[in-house]
Amino acid sequence: MLSKRLIACLDVRDGKLAKSVRFVDTKDIGDPVQKAREYYEDGLDELVFYDITASSDKRRIMLDVVESVAEQVFIPLSVGGGVRSVADATDLRLAGAEKINVNTAAVERPELIAECANSIGNQNVVLSMDIKAVGTDSPCPSGYEIVIHGGRTRTGKDALAWALEGERLGAGELVVNSIDADGTREGYARELTRMLSEAVRIPVIASGGAGKPEHLYDVLTKGKADAALVASMVHYGDYRISELKAYLHRRDIKVRMNW
Amino acid sequence: MTVIIDYDAGNLRSVQRACAEVGLSARITNDASTVAHADRVIFPGVGAAGPAMKSLRANGLDVALRHAFDAGTPVLGICLGLQISLDHSEEGDTATLGLIEGRVVRFRLDDPSLKIPHMGWNEVTVVRPHPLLRTVAPGAEFYFVHGYYPDPTHRSDVYAETQYERTFACALGRANYFATQFHLEKSGRVGLEMLASFATWDGRPC
Repeated sequence: MLSKRLIACLDVRDGKLAKSVRFVDTKDIGDPVQKAREYYEDGLDELVFYDITASSDKRRIMLDVVESVAEQVFIPLSVGGGVRSVADATDLRLAGAEKINVNTAAVERPELIAECANSIGNQNVVLSMDIKAVGTDSPCPSGYEIVIHGGRTRTGKDALAWALEGERLGAGELVVNSIDADGTREGYARELTRMLSEAVRIPVIASGGAGKPEHLYDVLTKGKADAALVASMVHYGDYRISELKAYLHRRDIKVRMNW
Repeated sequence: MTVIIDYDAGNLRSVQRACAEVGLSARITNDASTVAHADRVIFPGVGAAGPAMKSLRANGLDVALRHAFDAGTPVLGICLGLQISLDHSEEGDTATLGLIEGRVVRFRLDDPSLKIPHMGWNEVTVVRPHPLLRTVAPGAEFYFVHGYYPDPTHRSDVYAETQYERTFACALGRANYFATQFHLEKSGRVGLEMLASFATWDGRPC
């Protein structure tokens, strides 16, 4: 039986680890390579790097970070942030990323998903969606809207429709990131995650809002997520990766316990 | 010399990095003669069967791989490398190498909540001992990503199995050839241990 995955997300700015609260007010909290190694040794199933570097002339720093991590961490490595073309995806893949996350650029130009899928394989293309609850009386029938540019720009695009379009264009996986829950540590957007997971056939990763082990349990069961992404709750040392997995295991969630 | 066959099928450097981690220096090459005369061959790959076969043939790598296999060279297939070692893949209705009899078929799952591809960590159960599986403890999990699975003709070629609604063969072997559906280069310590076993394997199945 397939295990549920525990994924840690490291936001990297100018080569340093950062974490935001509701997508603003980012601060540096350490060395991403060292954190990656620490989590890997503690049983992490998969790692995501999100490059939040503002200026494009510093992108080389991110490739160096990915390369250093790939040399010492032997689990799937996913990278996103600023991927605008197959060339960007290829650079990251050569540096050692398995999977490539596309987000804003895919909303602006959806063919990017198909282009990346054709070039690096569907299974390696992750459509990362930043989503805001707007209510069903809004122009978005599902009640959820896609936002871009790190949450700053509304698009008018319905989240459910976009998830289905992303799957059709060739995305191999979805990250459902709730802007409302991000950084709050008050729990994932469970209903949103469940709605999208039931709508698509590809795996869904729940993101944004994890603060307690119960939140992971909730989104992996009632939320029907295939994987749960954590950030703040492990970056600041409140919980260890192994501790979260042991908790899920005790509650009869199938997770990888031998590493 | 150990070679990793380069046929435009995915991220070969992760395989090379994992080899380096266990002290196995491996060279990535698409040169048929280098592959045919290597001491050890790793045949990785992700992606679709059709384009992969085309790329192999274009460089004579299909012949080189067969040559290495016939010469008794230890060969390790990974993921797509395993799949195109069989006779036929349903993916693009592709005739494949035929090192082992069997076919590759698409997952057709009854349970609508099961996602495709089969992506993530799953248990590998050893059903026949093999030098490359000696470090695999009961309950060990490896990382999988695939939408098609191998269905070998002969039960005697199956060394390990995994369950995803149905049970399928996740490790195949014959003589000096061994292959896994899972990515041992992305499976943490248990995967590295298998690679380390391959680094010293003499090519005999027991």
